[in-house]
Amino acid sequence: MNRKLYTLIVHSENIAGLLNQITAVFTRRQINIESLNVSASSISGVHKYTITAWTTEDEIEKVNKQIEKKIDVIKSNYFTDSDIYQREIALYKLSTPEFVQNPEASKVIRSHDAHIVEVNPTFLTVEKTGADSEITKLYEELSGMGCVLQFVRSGRIAITTSCFERVNEYLCMREEKYRKQKAKKDECTEER
Amino acid sequence: MTKELITGAEALIRSLEYQGVKTIFGYPGGAIMPTFDALYYHSATIRHILVRHEQAAAHAAEGFARSSGKVGVCLVTSGPGATNTLTGIADAMIDSTPIVVIAGQVASAFMGTDAFQEVDLVGVTQPITKWSYQIRKASDIPWAIARAFYIAQSGRPGPVVLDFTRNAQTERFEYEPMRLDFIRGYDPYPTPDMENIQKAADLINQAEKPFLLVGQGVELGNANEELKALIEKADIPCGCTLLGLSALPTNHRLNKGMLGMHGNLGPNVKTNECDVLIAVGMRFDDRVTGRLDTYAKQAKVIHLDIDQSEVGKNVKVDVPIIGDCKETLPMLTELVHQTTHTAWIESFKPYEKKEYEKVIEKEIHPKEGPLNMGEVVNAVSEAANHDAILVTDVGQNQMMSARYFKYSRNRSIITSGGLGTMGYGLPAAIGCTFARPDRKVCVFMGDGGLQMNIQEFGTIMEQRCPVKIIVLDNNYLGNVRQWQAMFFGGRYSFTPLLNPDFIQIADAYGIPAKQVVDRGDLKDAIEEMLAFDGPFLLHVCVKEEGNVLPMTPPGSSVNEMLLEC
Ligand SMILES: Cc1ncc(C[n+]2csc(CCOP(=O)(O)OP(=O)(O)O)c2C)c(N)n1
Ligand SMILES: [Mg+2]
Repeated sequence: MNRKLYTLIVHSENIAGLLNQITAVFTRRQINIESLNVSASSISGVHKYTITAWTTEDEIEKVNKQIEKKIDVIKSNYFTDSDIYQREIALYKLSTPEFVQNPEASKVIRSHDAHIVEVNPTFLTVEKTGADSEITKLYEELSGMGCVLQFVRSGRIAITTSCFERVNEYLCMREEKYRKQKAKKDECTEER
Repeated sequence: MTKELITGAEALIRSLEYQGVKTIFGYPGGAIMPTFDALYYHSATIRHILVRHEQAAAHAAEGFARSSGKVGVCLVTSGPGATNTLTGIADAMIDSTPIVVIAGQVASAFMGTDAFQEVDLVGVTQPITKWSYQIRKASDIPWAIARAFYIAQSGRPGPVVLDFTRNAQTERFEYEPMRLDFIRGYDPYPTPDMENIQKAADLINQAEKPFLLVGQGVELGNANEELKALIEKADIPCGCTLLGLSALPTNHRLNKGMLGMHGNLGPNVKTNECDVLIAVGMRFDDRVTGRLDTYAKQAKVIHLDIDQSEVGKNVKVDVPIIGDCKETLPMLTELVHQTTHTAWIESFKPYEKKEYEKVIEKEIHPKEGPLNMGEVVNAVSEAANHDAILVTDVGQNQMMSARYFKYSRNRSIITSGGLGTMGYGLPAAIGCTFARPDRKVCVFMGDGGLQMNIQEFGTIMEQRCPVKIIVLDNNYLGNVRQWQAMFFGGRYSFTPLLNPDFIQIADAYGIPAKQVVDRGDLKDAIEEMLAFDGPFLLHVCVKEEGNVLPMTPPGSSVNEMLLEC
């Protein structure tokens, strides 16, 4: 089976308990979630989940439909890396004495487009945004120099490469469909 | 209209009235007492049926819903009262049955403290409901009830749980009734794709051997006539799923019988011979498909369903038609040609004949030996002019009654399909008698399953529910015993039953009862049961080691049914 890293973008109402319902869909089908990010979206009252998982197209399609079926999920779509612009952020805590002794370290940081955001005599903090592989690469190089004290990375966030937020379109479509149905119903009752 | 200051409990009952609820199945307890207190004053409009176990309340609500198409309602207390309904909720979920379960909950202030009879009901029921919600303040009530009923019965129906905190029951607020028919993230009636309908029609028009699978979706969509119009115009033979059995009258010329593991031979074999397979409101359950990788591989598959997530879930679909089949079936009918498939339809005959000779005749017209389940079912169906509602429990009794009962009207089979819940039958039948007082309700129970909710004799006694209870007593957990005989070397591990005297039990509850052992006594006893105005129990001693046949053994293909074992 052809497994790929898929990114699922879910928009939902801001209601307690939904996260549970969404992750349960993965658990039931025995798919591991690679990363998960939840935050407010650009539409007020709407939350956005960005979930990544290694799986097959067939499975992700079924997962997507099961998630979309939840009453308070507004829209769910899945993407491969070519359909989205995606980023993660990572923080690296380095030992200041080790760092100072190793002149290569600062070159590495610069060549990776990372930034030092805090320095004190015991440690310094490096911040890097980038794709998953870039973040890992920087970690590997720094830890090869023996100066990493702590390392943490966020889940993935992503935007689609198409120009509209699909959810906006979808919500407009829903409202319109409802208005039409309502008008049709009212017509029927009037006739009677 | 001026708003009125009332308690949450009173608002809940009024909201139910506003939804048209006239019957509630329930059981009181601490955390729901304020609501039961409010209910006390509404006995003129709402009939509360006190069950004897909350599981039965949920199944009764299911039976009520399935036989009427209306929402079944349960009212129970927190903690154990709520958890007792779980089996019924899961059952309603997998069989798409609209019920609303309202359970008491400890006051918001106590939540999360392991208070007396506190259970995280929303957490527990989320995976087995369409929607599960906690009402924490009284002002939420009109909205929550309106939303619960809308969700339960729209689109693909299902169970909804409302967890009703005690403080929300006692708080006062300005009540105003509410209607709700729109949730922006929830599109219960997807707009059908005309292009796919045309594609499906083209496939059907080119087909030489079309075959249609009738599911419960046809009943849920009230699309019985629309289905008939399609199959009659394009002359398409049909097989019915267990839950779809009464969607098409048994004696319809195009009804070729039941699908599935213990279904009829013809429709199963022909599934693997047809060139176009049209599935309507069914979900390709494993009991229907048997071995998946050999299932209908030769056919183009058209799937009509209201639930997008069912399409392609188990079987690869060539043309999906997503939408309400009440709407999509006529669209399809309009585009298909009037035609005949005489030779194809004739080709079912040899299989019908073979099954009749090898299985059916022996089962319903035996010459000697103890009574068979099939012959009892056949005799009851006949005596009721094939016009009764059949309710079943689970096991051999279920398969035998589904096979040998005949259906002339819609919504006439009430059975636990997806979950296979023993103990479902008796309470579900109680629910049916309240929803359909105009119809005869016959429930077939096994000796095992009867004892799973036998306390409901109490409800039947109190309400005088006119259920006709036929106990098919084989002294075994028969279904499991059959598998042990066939696949576990005949080792009857804990399947023989030592049973009580069911007649005496019925007697203790004031339910008239009769025992039948001899073939000669069967007809009269059935007549007596059906003629009696009120509940009646017929205890029939049937063959102990009878087997349900034919059978598609687990892991086999639909065209590999066994006719004997
Ligand atoms: C609640 C529950 N427990 C266990 C089972 C497994 N099971 C399926 S059929 C069956 C035997 C049922 O025996 P009985 O009620 O006597 O019916 P029969 O098969 O003999 O007609 C059992 C134990 C089940 N379906 N449901
Ligand atoms: Mg039995």
